[in-house]
Amino acid sequence: MSKYQCPDCEYIYDEDKGCEHEGYPAGTHWQDLPEDFPCPECFVREKPDFVALK
Amino acid sequence: MKNTQVLTTDNGGFLAIAKKYWYLLTLVPPILGVFVGTYTLQTGDGIMLWLSLLVFYVIIPAADHLFGKDHFNPSKEQEEAYLKDSYYVNLLCLSATLYWGGIGMVTYAVCTISLPWYHLLAAMLSIGVLHAGTFTLSHELGHKMSDKKQSFFAKLAIASMGYAHFNIEHNKGHHKDVATPEDPASSRMGESLYKFARRELPGAAVRGWKLEADRLKRINKPILSKDNEILQCLSITVIGFTTLIVISGIAALPFLLITSFFGWFQLTQANYIEHYGLLRQKLESGRYERCQPKHSWNSNYRFSNLITLHLQRHSDHHAHPTRAYQVLRDYDDAPALPSGYPLCMAMSMIPPLWFAVMDQKVVSWAEGDMNLVNMDTDKRNGLFQRYHDQTVTA
Repeated sequence: MSKYQCPDCEYIYDEDKGCEHEGYPAGTHWQDLPEDFPCPECFVREKPDFVALK
Repeated sequence: MKNTQVLTTDNGGFLAIAKKYWYLLTLVPPILGVFVGTYTLQTGDGIMLWLSLLVFYVIIPAADHLFGKDHFNPSKEQEEAYLKDSYYVNLLCLSATLYWGGIGMVTYAVCTISLPWYHLLAAMLSIGVLHAGTFTLSHELGHKMSDKKQSFFAKLAIASMGYAHFNIEHNKGHHKDVATPEDPASSRMGESLYKFARRELPGAAVRGWKLEADRLKRINKPILSKDNEILQCLSITVIGFTTLIVISGIAALPFLLITSFFGWFQLTQANYIEHYGLLRQKLESGRYERCQPKHSWNSNYRFSNLITLHLQRHSDHHAHPTRAYQVLRDYDDAPALPSGYPLCMAMSMIPPLWFAVMDQKVVSWAEGDMNLVNMDTDKRNGLFQRYHDQTVTA
Protein backbone atom coordinates (compact mmCIF):
# COMPACT_ATOMS: atom_id res chain seq x y z
CA MET A 1 0.00 0.00 0.00
CA SER A 2 1.29 3.48 -0.90
CA LYS A 3 1.09 6.96 0.55
CA TYR A 4 0.77 10.32 -1.19
CA GLN A 5 1.31 13.74 0.34
CA CYS A 6 -0.28 17.13 -0.30
CA PRO A 7 2.56 19.52 -1.13
CA ASP A 8 0.88 22.39 0.70
CA CYS A 9 -0.61 21.24 4.01
CA GLU A 10 1.32 17.93 4.17
CA TYR A 11 -1.82 15.79 4.55
CA ILE A 12 -0.95 12.19 3.71
CA TYR A 13 -3.35 9.96 1.80
CA ASP A 14 -2.63 6.46 3.03
CA GLU A 15 -4.23 3.75 0.89
CA ASP A 16 -4.49 1.56 4.02
CA LYS A 17 -6.68 4.16 5.73
CA GLY A 18 -8.39 5.84 2.76
CA CYS A 19 -10.44 8.90 3.64
CA GLU A 20 -13.71 7.65 5.11
CA HIS A 21 -15.15 11.09 5.80
CA GLU A 22 -14.96 12.08 2.15
CA GLY A 23 -16.26 8.73 0.98
CA TYR A 24 -13.09 6.83 0.12
CA PRO A 25 -12.97 3.72 2.34
CA ALA A 26 -9.83 2.11 3.71
CA GLY A 27 -8.06 0.20 0.97
CA THR A 28 -9.05 2.61 -1.81
CA HIS A 29 -6.11 2.67 -4.20
CA TRP A 30 -4.67 5.96 -5.38
CA GLN A 31 -5.45 5.13 -9.01
CA ASP A 32 -9.12 4.61 -8.08
CA LEU A 33 -9.48 8.17 -6.76
CA PRO A 34 -10.98 10.65 -9.25
CA GLU A 35 -8.58 13.06 -10.96
CA ASP A 36 -10.24 16.01 -9.21
CA PHE A 37 -9.85 14.43 -5.77
CA PRO A 38 -9.02 17.44 -3.57
CA CYS A 39 -6.80 17.36 -0.52
CA PRO A 40 -9.31 16.67 2.32
CA GLU A 41 -7.48 19.15 4.58
CA CYS A 42 -6.76 22.28 2.53
CA PHE A 43 -8.95 21.59 -0.55
CA VAL A 44 -6.70 23.70 -2.79
CA ARG A 45 -4.46 20.94 -4.11
CA GLU A 46 -5.75 18.07 -6.18
CA LYS A 47 -4.66 14.53 -7.02
CA PRO A 48 -2.17 15.55 -9.77
CA ASP A 49 -0.39 17.82 -7.25
CA PHE A 50 0.21 15.08 -4.66
CA VAL A 51 3.68 13.62 -4.23
CA ALA A 52 4.20 9.86 -3.84
CA LEU A 53 6.04 8.96 -0.62
CA LYS A 54 8.65 6.25 -0.66
CA MET B 1 1.74 42.01 -12.23
CA LYS B 2 3.90 41.49 -9.20
CA ASN B 3 5.05 38.06 -8.20
CA THR B 4 4.02 38.47 -4.57
CA GLN B 5 6.32 36.14 -2.70
CA VAL B 6 8.32 38.55 -0.59
CA LEU B 7 7.87 38.09 3.14
CA THR B 8 8.47 41.01 5.43
CA THR B 9 11.21 40.57 7.99
CA ASP B 10 10.16 42.66 11.00
CA ASN B 11 11.03 40.49 14.04
CA GLY B 12 8.41 42.24 16.15
CA GLY B 13 10.49 42.67 19.28
CA PHE B 14 8.42 43.35 22.37
CA LEU B 15 5.28 43.85 20.29
CA ALA B 16 5.56 40.26 19.05
CA ILE B 17 5.37 39.00 22.64
CA ALA B 18 2.57 41.39 23.55
CA LYS B 19 0.63 40.44 20.42
CA LYS B 20 -0.37 37.13 21.97
CA TYR B 21 -2.39 39.00 24.58
CA TRP B 22 -3.69 41.62 22.17
CA TYR B 23 -5.69 38.78 20.60
CA LEU B 24 -7.82 39.02 23.74
CA LEU B 25 -9.52 41.78 21.74
CA THR B 26 -11.43 38.98 20.05
CA LEU B 27 -13.47 38.72 23.26
CA VAL B 28 -14.50 42.37 23.14
CA PRO B 29 -17.35 42.18 20.56
CA PRO B 30 -19.30 39.41 22.33
CA ILE B 31 -18.69 41.03 25.75
CA LEU B 32 -19.88 44.30 24.23
CA GLY B 33 -23.08 42.47 23.24
CA VAL B 34 -23.59 41.24 26.81
CA PHE B 35 -22.90 44.72 28.20
CA VAL B 36 -25.22 46.48 25.73
CA GLY B 37 -28.04 44.00 26.35
CA THR B 38 -27.69 44.30 30.13
CA TYR B 39 -27.49 48.11 30.04
CA THR B 40 -30.58 48.34 27.80
CA LEU B 41 -32.50 45.98 30.05
CA GLN B 42 -31.53 47.78 33.26
CA THR B 43 -32.12 51.35 32.07
CA GLY B 44 -34.80 50.93 29.42
CA ASP B 45 -32.69 53.26 27.27
CA GLY B 46 -31.65 52.03 23.81
CA ILE B 47 -28.82 54.46 23.22
CA MET B 48 -26.10 51.82 23.80
CA LEU B 49 -27.57 49.71 20.98
CA TRP B 50 -25.65 52.03 18.65
CA LEU B 51 -22.32 51.21 20.28
CA SER B 52 -21.30 48.24 18.10
CA LEU B 53 -21.91 50.29 14.96
CA LEU B 54 -19.78 53.08 16.37
CA VAL B 55 -16.98 50.63 17.20
CA PHE B 56 -17.06 48.91 13.80
CA TYR B 57 -17.37 51.89 11.47
CA VAL B 58 -15.60 54.62 13.47
CA ILE B 59 -13.41 53.36 16.32
CA ILE B 60 -11.68 50.48 14.47
CA PRO B 61 -10.83 52.63 11.39
CA ALA B 62 -9.60 55.38 13.74
CA ALA B 63 -7.46 52.86 15.65
CA ASP B 64 -6.05 51.61 12.34
CA HIS B 65 -5.06 55.15 11.49
CA LEU B 66 -3.56 55.64 14.94
CA PHE B 67 -1.63 52.37 15.29
CA GLY B 68 -0.59 51.95 11.64
CA LYS B 69 0.53 48.73 9.96
CA ASP B 70 1.95 45.53 11.40
CA HIS B 71 4.83 44.02 9.43
CA PHE B 72 5.76 41.41 12.03
CA ASN B 73 6.11 37.88 10.67
CA PRO B 74 7.02 35.10 13.09
CA SER B 75 10.29 33.24 12.60
CA LYS B 76 10.23 29.45 12.08
CA GLU B 77 10.99 28.95 15.79
CA GLN B 78 8.24 31.37 16.83
CA GLU B 79 5.81 29.66 14.45
CA GLU B 80 6.44 26.29 16.06
CA ALA B 81 5.94 27.72 19.54
CA TYR B 82 2.73 29.55 18.58
CA LEU B 83 1.27 26.45 16.95
CA LYS B 84 1.93 24.34 20.05
CA ASP B 85 0.29 26.88 22.34
CA SER B 86 -3.37 25.89 22.92
CA TYR B 87 -4.12 29.44 24.14
CA TYR B 88 -4.79 30.61 20.59
CA VAL B 89 -7.50 28.03 19.88
CA ASN B 90 -9.04 28.11 23.37
CA LEU B 91 -9.48 31.87 23.07
CA LEU B 92 -11.56 31.41 19.93
CA CYS B 93 -13.66 28.64 21.47
CA LEU B 94 -14.42 30.91 24.45
CA SER B 95 -15.28 33.78 22.15
CA ALA B 96 -17.60 31.60 20.02
CA THR B 97 -19.51 30.65 23.18
CA LEU B 98 -19.67 34.23 24.43
CA TYR B 99 -21.18 35.41 21.14
CA TRP B 100 -24.30 33.41 21.91
CA GLY B 101 -24.44 35.24 25.27
CA GLY B 102 -24.09 38.64 23.59
CA ILE B 103 -26.71 37.90 20.95
CA GLY B 104 -28.98 36.38 23.59
CA MET B 105 -28.76 39.38 25.93
CA VAL B 106 -29.51 41.91 23.20
CA THR B 107 -32.38 39.76 21.87
CA TYR B 108 -33.88 39.42 25.35
CA ALA B 109 -33.56 43.16 26.02
CA VAL B 110 -35.14 44.42 22.81
CA CYS B 111 -37.94 41.84 22.91
CA THR B 112 -38.98 42.44 26.51
CA ILE B 113 -38.91 46.25 26.79
CA SER B 114 -40.50 48.91 24.64
CA LEU B 115 -38.07 50.79 22.39
CA PRO B 116 -38.54 53.32 19.58
CA TRP B 117 -38.09 52.00 16.03
CA TYR B 118 -34.71 53.64 15.50
CA HIS B 119 -33.20 51.90 18.53
CA LEU B 120 -34.65 48.60 17.27
CA LEU B 121 -33.03 49.24 13.90
CA ALA B 122 -29.73 49.95 15.65
CA ALA B 123 -30.06 46.67 17.58
CA MET B 124 -30.58 44.71 14.36
CA LEU B 125 -27.68 46.38 12.57
CA SER B 126 -25.46 45.99 15.64
CA ILE B 127 -26.07 42.27 15.86
CA GLY B 128 -25.36 42.13 12.14
CA VAL B 129 -22.02 43.77 12.80
CA LEU B 130 -21.31 41.41 15.70
CA HIS B 131 -21.90 38.57 13.26
CA ALA B 132 -18.91 39.81 11.27
CA GLY B 133 -16.90 38.69 14.31
CA THR B 134 -18.77 35.39 14.48
CA PHE B 135 -17.99 34.75 10.84
CA THR B 136 -14.33 35.46 11.42
CA LEU B 137 -14.22 32.98 14.29
CA SER B 138 -16.10 30.29 12.43
CA HIS B 139 -13.93 30.82 9.39
CA GLU B 140 -10.71 30.37 11.35
CA LEU B 141 -11.91 27.33 13.31
CA GLY B 142 -13.71 25.78 10.33
CA HIS B 143 -10.56 25.46 8.27
CA LYS B 144 -9.21 22.88 10.72
CA MET B 145 -11.58 20.21 9.44
CA SER B 146 -9.81 17.22 10.97
CA ASP B 147 -9.84 18.80 14.45
CA LYS B 148 -13.16 17.83 16.06
CA LYS B 149 -13.01 20.52 18.74
CA GLN B 150 -12.37 23.34 16.29
CA SER B 151 -14.98 21.97 13.86
CA PHE B 152 -17.59 21.94 16.63
CA PHE B 153 -16.92 25.52 17.70
CA ALA B 154 -16.91 26.62 14.05
CA LYS B 155 -20.44 25.20 13.78
CA LEU B 156 -21.47 26.73 17.11
CA ALA B 157 -20.35 30.17 15.96
CA ILE B 158 -21.92 30.13 12.53
CA ALA B 159 -25.13 28.59 13.91
CA SER B 160 -25.78 31.89 15.69
CA MET B 161 -26.92 33.27 12.31
CA GLY B 162 -28.11 30.02 10.70
CA TYR B 163 -25.54 30.13 7.88
CA ALA B 164 -25.00 26.41 8.15
CA HIS B 165 -23.46 25.73 4.74
CA PHE B 166 -20.67 28.26 5.27
CA ASN B 167 -17.74 26.08 6.35
CA ILE B 168 -18.34 23.43 3.69
CA GLU B 169 -19.00 25.91 0.91
CA HIS B 170 -16.09 28.11 1.87
CA ASN B 171 -13.44 25.41 2.29
CA LYS B 172 -14.38 23.08 -0.53
CA GLY B 173 -15.90 25.57 -2.94
CA HIS B 174 -14.63 29.12 -2.53
CA HIS B 175 -11.02 28.10 -1.89
CA LYS B 176 -11.01 25.82 -4.92
CA ASP B 177 -12.60 28.30 -7.32
CA VAL B 178 -11.41 31.61 -5.86
CA ALA B 179 -10.62 34.42 -8.31
CA THR B 180 -12.27 32.62 -11.23
CA PRO B 181 -15.53 33.47 -13.03
CA GLU B 182 -16.95 30.19 -11.69
CA ASP B 183 -16.80 31.34 -8.07
CA PRO B 184 -20.00 32.97 -6.79
CA ALA B 185 -17.97 34.28 -3.82
CA SER B 186 -15.38 36.21 -5.89
CA SER B 187 -16.54 39.62 -7.07
CA ARG B 188 -15.95 40.93 -10.59
CA MET B 189 -14.69 44.35 -11.59
CA GLY B 190 -17.67 46.60 -12.35
CA GLU B 191 -20.03 44.45 -10.29
CA SER B 192 -21.68 46.40 -7.48
CA LEU B 193 -21.98 44.93 -4.00
CA TYR B 194 -25.73 44.58 -4.47
CA LYS B 195 -25.45 42.76 -7.81
CA PHE B 196 -22.76 40.55 -6.27
CA ALA B 197 -25.05 39.75 -3.29
CA ARG B 198 -27.72 38.46 -5.67
CA ARG B 199 -25.16 36.09 -7.19
CA GLU B 200 -23.22 35.19 -4.04
CA LEU B 201 -25.97 34.45 -1.51
CA PRO B 202 -27.90 31.85 -3.60
CA GLY B 203 -24.77 30.65 -5.42
CA ALA B 204 -22.95 29.83 -2.19
CA ALA B 205 -25.97 28.07 -0.70
CA VAL B 206 -26.46 25.89 -3.79
CA ARG B 207 -22.74 25.04 -3.94
CA GLY B 208 -22.57 24.21 -0.23
CA TRP B 209 -25.56 21.86 -0.37
CA LYS B 210 -24.31 20.22 -3.57
CA LEU B 211 -20.88 19.57 -2.09
CA GLU B 212 -22.40 17.99 1.01
CA ALA B 213 -24.92 15.99 -1.05
CA ASP B 214 -22.04 14.63 -3.16
CA ARG B 215 -20.09 13.63 -0.05
CA LEU B 216 -23.15 11.94 1.49
CA LYS B 217 -23.74 10.05 -1.75
CA ARG B 218 -20.15 8.77 -1.66
CA ILE B 219 -20.67 7.42 1.88
CA ASN B 220 -24.08 5.97 0.92
CA LYS B 221 -26.12 8.23 3.20
CA PRO B 222 -29.28 10.16 2.29
CA ILE B 223 -29.32 13.96 2.42
CA LEU B 224 -31.71 13.80 5.37
CA SER B 225 -29.36 12.01 7.73
CA LYS B 226 -27.54 12.78 10.96
CA ASP B 227 -24.29 12.67 8.99
CA ASN B 228 -25.30 15.77 7.03
CA GLU B 229 -22.99 18.42 8.51
CA ILE B 230 -25.17 21.29 7.28
CA LEU B 231 -28.16 19.83 9.11
CA GLN B 232 -25.97 19.27 12.20
CA CYS B 233 -25.20 22.98 12.22
CA LEU B 234 -28.82 23.96 11.52
CA SER B 235 -29.94 21.86 14.48
CA ILE B 236 -27.77 24.04 16.76
CA THR B 237 -29.50 27.10 15.29
CA VAL B 238 -32.95 25.59 15.90
CA ILE B 239 -32.09 24.73 19.52
CA GLY B 240 -30.49 28.12 20.20
CA PHE B 241 -33.19 30.21 18.52
CA THR B 242 -36.01 28.18 20.11
CA THR B 243 -34.46 28.72 23.55
CA LEU B 244 -34.22 32.47 22.93
CA ILE B 245 -37.84 32.58 21.68
CA VAL B 246 -39.06 30.71 24.80
CA ILE B 247 -37.15 33.15 27.06
CA SER B 248 -37.80 36.39 25.14
CA GLY B 249 -41.17 35.83 23.48
CA ILE B 250 -42.26 35.32 19.88
CA ALA B 251 -40.92 38.77 18.90
CA ALA B 252 -37.50 37.18 19.09
CA LEU B 253 -38.24 35.14 15.94
CA PRO B 254 -38.41 38.02 13.42
CA PHE B 255 -35.60 39.79 15.30
CA LEU B 256 -33.28 36.77 15.01
CA LEU B 257 -34.18 36.17 11.36
CA ILE B 258 -33.52 39.79 10.38
CA THR B 259 -30.26 39.99 12.34
CA SER B 260 -29.17 36.70 10.78
CA PHE B 261 -29.71 38.16 7.33
CA PHE B 262 -27.64 41.22 8.27
CA GLY B 263 -24.99 38.75 9.42
CA TRP B 264 -25.00 36.94 6.08
CA PHE B 265 -24.60 40.29 4.38
CA GLN B 266 -21.44 40.93 6.42
CA LEU B 267 -19.90 37.85 4.81
CA THR B 268 -21.11 39.01 1.41
CA GLN B 269 -19.31 42.30 1.97
CA ALA B 270 -16.11 40.56 3.11
CA ASN B 271 -16.18 38.25 0.08
CA TYR B 272 -16.82 41.26 -2.14
CA ILE B 273 -13.71 43.14 -1.07
CA GLU B 274 -11.31 40.19 -0.79
CA HIS B 275 -10.85 39.29 -4.49
CA TYR B 276 -12.50 42.13 -6.44
CA GLY B 277 -11.49 41.88 -10.11
CA LEU B 278 -8.59 39.48 -9.53
CA LEU B 279 -8.35 36.53 -11.91
CA ARG B 280 -6.41 33.27 -12.04
CA GLN B 281 -5.43 32.22 -15.55
CA LYS B 282 -6.47 28.93 -17.12
CA LEU B 283 -3.58 26.64 -18.02
CA GLU B 284 -3.27 24.46 -21.12
CA SER B 285 -4.21 21.47 -18.95
CA GLY B 286 -7.65 23.04 -18.43
CA ARG B 287 -6.98 23.65 -14.74
CA TYR B 288 -6.62 27.14 -13.32
CA GLU B 289 -3.19 28.26 -12.18
CA ARG B 290 -2.71 27.68 -8.46
CA CYS B 291 -4.00 30.43 -6.20
CA GLN B 292 -1.05 32.66 -5.37
CA PRO B 293 -0.63 35.63 -3.04
CA LYS B 294 -1.34 38.01 -5.93
CA HIS B 295 -4.92 36.68 -6.15
CA SER B 296 -6.19 38.29 -2.91
CA TRP B 297 -6.51 41.82 -1.60
CA ASN B 298 -4.80 42.43 1.72
CA SER B 299 -4.80 44.95 4.49
CA ASN B 300 -2.09 44.94 7.07
CA TYR B 301 -3.36 47.46 9.58
CA ARG B 302 -2.46 46.39 13.09
CA PHE B 303 -5.72 46.94 14.92
CA SER B 304 -8.21 45.54 12.41
CA ASN B 305 -5.92 42.55 11.87
CA LEU B 306 -6.13 41.71 15.57
CA ILE B 307 -9.93 41.98 15.49
CA THR B 308 -10.22 39.91 12.30
CA LEU B 309 -7.68 37.25 13.34
CA HIS B 310 -5.36 38.18 10.48
CA LEU B 311 -8.08 37.47 7.93
CA GLN B 312 -6.82 40.61 6.20
CA ARG B 313 -3.55 38.80 5.51
CA HIS B 314 -5.68 37.16 2.91
CA SER B 315 -2.96 36.24 0.43
CA ASP B 316 -1.20 33.95 2.88
CA HIS B 317 -4.54 32.53 3.96
CA HIS B 318 -5.51 31.55 0.40
CA ALA B 319 -2.06 30.29 -0.45
CA HIS B 320 -2.12 28.12 2.71
CA PRO B 321 -5.73 27.74 3.92
CA THR B 322 -4.97 25.58 6.96
CA ARG B 323 -2.33 27.97 8.33
CA ALA B 324 -3.49 29.16 11.78
CA TYR B 325 -4.25 32.85 12.34
CA GLN B 326 -1.37 33.46 14.74
CA VAL B 327 1.19 32.49 12.08
CA LEU B 328 -0.35 34.10 8.99
CA ARG B 329 2.23 36.28 7.25
CA ASP B 330 2.40 39.64 5.58
CA TYR B 331 3.78 39.89 2.04
CA ASP B 332 5.52 43.12 1.14
CA ASP B 333 4.12 43.34 -2.37
CA ALA B 334 0.72 41.65 -2.12
CA PRO B 335 -2.26 43.59 -3.55
CA ALA B 336 -3.34 46.06 -0.87
CA LEU B 337 -6.72 47.52 0.03
CA PRO B 338 -6.74 51.18 0.99
CA SER B 339 -7.79 50.47 4.59
CA GLY B 340 -8.82 47.74 7.02
CA TYR B 341 -11.87 45.57 6.30
CA PRO B 342 -14.46 47.60 8.29
CA LEU B 343 -13.86 50.79 6.32
CA CYS B 344 -13.60 48.94 3.01
CA MET B 345 -16.86 47.13 3.77
CA ALA B 346 -18.50 50.49 4.45
CA MET B 347 -17.06 51.85 1.20
CA SER B 348 -18.40 48.85 -0.74
CA MET B 349 -21.94 49.89 0.22
CA ILE B 350 -21.52 53.00 -1.97
CA PRO B 351 -20.73 51.48 -5.41
CA PRO B 352 -19.57 54.70 -7.19
CA LEU B 353 -17.09 55.32 -4.35
CA TRP B 354 -15.88 51.72 -4.41
CA PHE B 355 -15.39 51.75 -8.19
CA ALA B 356 -13.60 55.12 -8.01
CA VAL B 357 -11.10 53.78 -5.48
CA MET B 358 -10.66 50.17 -6.55
CA ASP B 359 -11.00 50.01 -10.34
CA GLN B 360 -7.73 51.81 -10.91
CA LYS B 361 -6.04 49.46 -8.42
CA VAL B 362 -7.28 46.45 -10.41
CA VAL B 363 -6.00 47.97 -13.66
CA SER B 364 -2.61 48.57 -12.02
CA TRP B 365 -2.58 45.00 -10.73
CA ALA B 366 -3.21 43.72 -14.29
CA GLU B 367 -0.65 46.21 -15.66
CA GLY B 368 -3.29 47.53 -18.04
CA ASP B 369 -4.08 44.16 -19.63
CA MET B 370 -7.81 43.81 -19.12
CA ASN B 371 -7.69 40.24 -20.45
CA LEU B 372 -6.24 39.36 -17.03
CA VAL B 373 -9.15 40.83 -15.04
CA ASN B 374 -12.27 39.12 -13.71
CA MET B 375 -14.93 41.45 -15.09
CA ASP B 376 -18.70 41.77 -14.89
CA THR B 377 -19.91 40.49 -18.27
CA ASP B 378 -22.42 43.36 -18.58
CA LYS B 379 -19.64 45.93 -18.05
CA ARG B 380 -16.90 44.14 -19.94
CA ASN B 381 -16.97 46.19 -23.17
CA GLY B 382 -17.08 49.53 -21.37
CA LEU B 383 -14.28 48.60 -18.96
CA PHE B 384 -12.14 47.25 -21.79
CA GLN B 385 -12.60 50.43 -23.79
CA ARG B 386 -11.81 52.61 -20.80
CA TYR B 387 -8.87 50.81 -19.26
CA HIS B 388 -7.21 48.35 -21.67
CA ASP B 389 -3.56 49.19 -22.37
CA GLN B 390 -3.92 52.27 -20.22
CA THR B 391 -0.59 53.70 -19.11
CA VAL B 392 -0.37 52.65 -15.50
CA THR B 393 0.79 55.21 -13.03
CA ALA B 394 -0.63 53.93 -9.74
